[in-house]
Amino acid sequence: MSKRIDAIDFNVYYSKFLAVEGVNISIEPKSVTAFIGPSGCGKTTFLRTLNRMHEVIPGARVEGKLLLDGDDIYAPGVDPVSVRSTIGMVFQRPNPFPTMSIRENVLAGIRLNGQRISKGDADTIVEKSLRGANLWNEVKDRLEKPGSGLSGGQQQRLCIARTIAVEPDVILMDEPCSALDPISTLAIEDLINEMKDQYTVVIVTHNMQQAARVSDKTAFFNIAGTGKPGKLIEYAETSTIFSTPREKATEDYVSGRFG
Amino acid sequence: MTVTSPSSGLHDPRSAAGRAGDKIFSGTALTAGIVILAILAFVAVYLVVESIPALTAGEGELSHGKTSFWSYVWPMMIGTVIASAIALLIATPVSIGVALFISHYAPKRVSQAFGYVIDLLAAIPSVVYGAWGMAFLGPLLVPIYAWLSENAGWIPLFSGGYSQTGRTLFTASVVLAVMILPIITSLCREIFVQTPKLHEEAALALGATRWEMIKMSVLPFARAGIVSAIMLGLGRALGETMAVTLVLSPGALSANIINVGNQTIPSEIALNFPEAFGMRQHELIAAGLVLFVITLAVNMIARWIVSRHKEFSGAN
Ligand SMILES: Nc1ncnc2c1ncn2[C@@H]1O[C@H](COP(=O)(O)OP(=O)(O)OP(=O)(O)O)[C@@H](O)[C@H]1O
Ligand SMILES: [Mg+2]
Repeated sequence: MSKRIDAIDFNVYYSKFLAVEGVNISIEPKSVTAFIGPSGCGKTTFLRTLNRMHEVIPGARVEGKLLLDGDDIYAPGVDPVSVRSTIGMVFQRPNPFPTMSIRENVLAGIRLNGQRISKGDADTIVEKSLRGANLWNEVKDRLEKPGSGLSGGQQQRLCIARTIAVEPDVILMDEPCSALDPISTLAIEDLINEMKDQYTVVIVTHNMQQAARVSDKTAFFNIAGTGKPGKLIEYAETSTIFSTPREKATEDYVSGRFG
Repeated sequence: MTVTSPSSGLHDPRSAAGRAGDKIFSGTALTAGIVILAILAFVAVYLVVESIPALTAGEGELSHGKTSFWSYVWPMMIGTVIASAIALLIATPVSIGVALFISHYAPKRVSQAFGYVIDLLAAIPSVVYGAWGMAFLGPLLVPIYAWLSENAGWIPLFSGGYSQTGRTLFTASVVLAVMILPIITSLCREIFVQTPKLHEEAALALGATRWEMIKMSVLPFARAGIVSAIMLGLGRALGETMAVTLVLSPGALSANIINVGNQTIPSEIALNFPEAFGMRQHELIAAGLVLFVITLAVNMIARWIVSRHKEFSGAN
């Protein structure tokens, strides 16, 4: 399943520091949305609020509403743990669990729900998820080997497999290719294109070509100066952002005259 | 004729100073290493040489009409190992729990205060722990021993009466547990806080609760370190003299841990060495050698356990 996300007048704080201010955005289901913008403008910060990972940092908090298919995930009584199991996240640096085998890495999220699954079901999930992450053929003969023994690109795809194994509604990715070579990057971009058939995908990237290649819509964030909050400047179809943006700042940024 | 070519950066004469620093450092390190090995070898040789008379003594040659050295030392070996094992059984879960509380549950200020208290506990001399065990903990445990003796007497550990003073092997074990708790706790805490944020967040982002996150990222990351911490604690428990000597009212080996009786090697040595001479002295030193071998064996087993899972340690 795939769900839509709406942020309404959303502010994000680190203790007293307002890092991101006044975001209003509607992210469509079954689409890929790219967040772009100069370093420090709050892309990571905002992305991490979408699955309540932000509040893991001491003193971090948010204001405003964040709706997942109309339900506020920050409403009182909502358990962040269940939010995170419906909204998966892939990090900038590949982070498979080093003490687990490839197979156990894929099953890590499944095992969390405490339910016992049969070996047959587990095998099915492992194969399906690894196929979904375009990794199956490379690792099918060494599923019991440690995940940390894979190459960086393979590790990142393993992390994607781990994320899709729990069948989330939304997948967030923070610069998932920044630590990878061009071939691995292409493999992951292909994967993102396939994933939007099933999931809502949000990806942060510094690579304009990547944003242009993979995303349907693009959000440009910017920051007025150090210590100022980051803001969502423009949000539109990716083709519009890269050809005829409404804002001057967006045009400067995407054409490389800035940041 | 000049050989040096000052134009070449590779032969910069100024870097010779850096090389001298390297030499001094490696020289110091080498010397220190050799000194440590020499001291260790010296102690080992001394122990072995001084033990031989007792180890090879035949019947009638040992003090107090003992038939053989082994029949003298093995009850104390068992006593030592049992006391340390009970101490570890008590101290390990508590230490790991407290360390996790400090590193992952408590608010910053509380955890700092806690850490400080734990470090203070580690600084208390063992004779103080011994006195506390004898005068306070022993009497405190007597009612529990009475209850155990009455209701769980069918278990060999609690059968055959109980001590009215509480100066038993179990009390000694509890004192040992309290003594090694700060070591294990502070080492575990050091390791727990070093868990990579990356792996903690990987677990949380999958929808792990805090405890699940600890099971998935913190404990696997810390496993080798936890084993080392336990081994250091065990080393202290195995060799602890003063506390056991003060707490335990020694006697023959017995399965009953809530009555007087049993003895540990270090305590036996401390009690008897001042008046020992001749063969008695050799016997005690040989007992020390046995303790040394036990400690060594335990450490090697622990290292083997840790290295068995190297492939999955995350070091690669
Ligand atoms: N843990 C934190 N505590 C306090 N401030 C933080 C923290 N993480 C980020 N910030 C601040 O929040 C602002 C936004 O940072 P963020 O990491 O979201 O930027 P970004 O757009 O992802 O940048 P980049 O493109 O370099 O990854 C920055 O000013 C940063 O210094
Ligand atoms: Mg970032």
